[in-house]
Amino acid sequence: MSGTSPDTPLLCVRDLHVSYGPVEAVGGISLDVPRGAIVSVIGPNGAGKSTLLNALMGLLPSKGQATLDGRDVAAMPVEDRLRRGLCLVSEKRELFAEMSVADNLALGAYSRRHEPKGAVEADLEAGYQRFPRLKERRHQTAGTLSGGERQMLAIARALMARPQLLMLDEPSLGLAPLIVAEVLETVSELRRSGVSILIVEQNARAVLRIADYGYVLEQGRIAMEGDAATLLADERLIQTYLGFGKGEAAA
Amino acid sequence: MSYLIGALLAQDGLTNGAIYALIALALVMVFSVTRIIFIPQGEIVTYSSLSLASLQQGTAPGSIWLIVALGLLAAGLEGFGYLRGDRSTSRLRAMAAYGLVPLAVAALTFATAGAGFGFLWNIVLVLLIVVPMGPLIYRVAFRPLGDATVLHSLIVAMAVHFVLLGCGLLAFGPEGVRTPPLIAGRFPVFGVPVSAQAMVVVAVAIVAIIAMALYFGRTLSGKALRATAFNRVGARLVGIRTEQAARLVFLLAGFAGALCGILVAPITTVYYDTGFLIGLKGFIAAIFAGLASYPLAALGAVLLGLFESYSSFFASLYKDAIVFALIIPILLWRSLRSTHVEEDEE
Repeated sequence: MSGTSPDTPLLCVRDLHVSYGPVEAVGGISLDVPRGAIVSVIGPNGAGKSTLLNALMGLLPSKGQATLDGRDVAAMPVEDRLRRGLCLVSEKRELFAEMSVADNLALGAYSRRHEPKGAVEADLEAGYQRFPRLKERRHQTAGTLSGGERQMLAIARALMARPQLLMLDEPSLGLAPLIVAEVLETVSELRRSGVSILIVEQNARAVLRIADYGYVLEQGRIAMEGDAATLLADERLIQTYLGFGKGEAAA
Repeated sequence: MSYLIGALLAQDGLTNGAIYALIALALVMVFSVTRIIFIPQGEIVTYSSLSLASLQQGTAPGSIWLIVALGLLAAGLEGFGYLRGDRSTSRLRAMAAYGLVPLAVAALTFATAGAGFGFLWNIVLVLLIVVPMGPLIYRVAFRPLGDATVLHSLIVAMAVHFVLLGCGLLAFGPEGVRTPPLIAGRFPVFGVPVSAQAMVVVAVAIVAIIAMALYFGRTLSGKALRATAFNRVGARLVGIRTEQAARLVFLLAGFAGALCGILVAPITTVYYDTGFLIGLKGFIAAIFAGLASYPLAALGAVLLGLFESYSSFFASLYKDAIVFALIIPILLWRSLRSTHVEEDEE
């Protein structure tokens, strides 16, 4: 599939604009996600982080360039982006609460419905192996799962589409600290298995610890970028942009 | 009321209830996936009955012109979209399908109507003519609305209902018709003579409902429709096209309506406006289910059929008034326990 050299980033975004009516939520963002990397986008509430991911997935109309694996995806509808290997785990998880865990996972592979059944079933088994708790609960409806399990299910469902690039929107939102650690550990593991990751988080410290590179978003623009370690070392940055130390850590 | 009369009324009620159930299920299905209250469902029933009657008389039904017109309109819309800049092959494919399928059906109908291929062939023709009306109506009337509110699409649904009603009068004329039963005769059940047609109606409805349940519960495409009903954003995220789901749902609604029309034609005299009343009764059953639950909709439909049948015995003049008055206690009851689908999601 990939006709481009391994050095070119998997995802290349140039001058992306997203507007809600007259209000510009994302104003000219450029970013790269190299192959096999975890790239994080951090920033305060309302900085446009979720908007950015929703636009990259095609849920929101946007202007600008976005190429995945050298292919222009900017004008594609959601399902075509999905088929090219782009997948979003939304902030709200967007599970099918009234349906069973197994059905949720089966629908995760909806974009691969023309593939032979065996391949999808093998991936389902791999998903259950990665998240044994989902296997235990596969007949339960998704709505009865705990917050952490729901996040696991959302990630597992996304993986059923076999993404090259997984986009995660606030995976730690509403989860207890222990579970957050577990989720982020899962994310690191995913990268090791070859999935590139673009992750949006408010919980900046935690996410920068597992990321390779970080972008700081402020009012729809990139205010700063750099290696995760550099950003993490910059106490002043963490305090200025993320308000840590002012009593609202890990929102 | 003697046992015999009671039993005969029950038979009538169950037969009608089975038909209302099919309508109610179609309405619930269309609403939960697309948020459209599909008022013209009743007209599809009428078109099906009257087309069958025309074919039985050996003439090609006037409804053919309607689907050809709808098809050309839909193809025109696709072509317009293509010219406006969306130059995808799927547009061209849709344009060809919308334009050519109705033409092919029309050609087939004109070629074989009156050739005496028999009742079953006529039923096949009716299905071919009427079922595509569902997706065609969706493409022409509802798709251009995009993500309209429930109220907006309800207004359009009303408009479509009136247009189809008028076209029905134009195509079929004002006379009522009745077709011969699929199977004639009566069989005694517990000492009560039950007409074979009633048995056919109930059996076909039950088979259709079971098939629907299996489709929604077991197949990926059925699950995708349910997923769209539960969570549209989630459905889009896994690659289910909302439009495709809507088209499929309208196809199923077209099939349910066509089936009802075929079943109902031998048991009542159908006029160009009969379907609306049938559709409205199915709608009451759907309301009984909060436009959300399939089993409740089926139950409501059967109860409604029985209620209608018994009230026709005690106060036949007020039969419809009594049935429609039921909506008030049902809405009161619904408002006390709300498990209905929220219309203001997202």
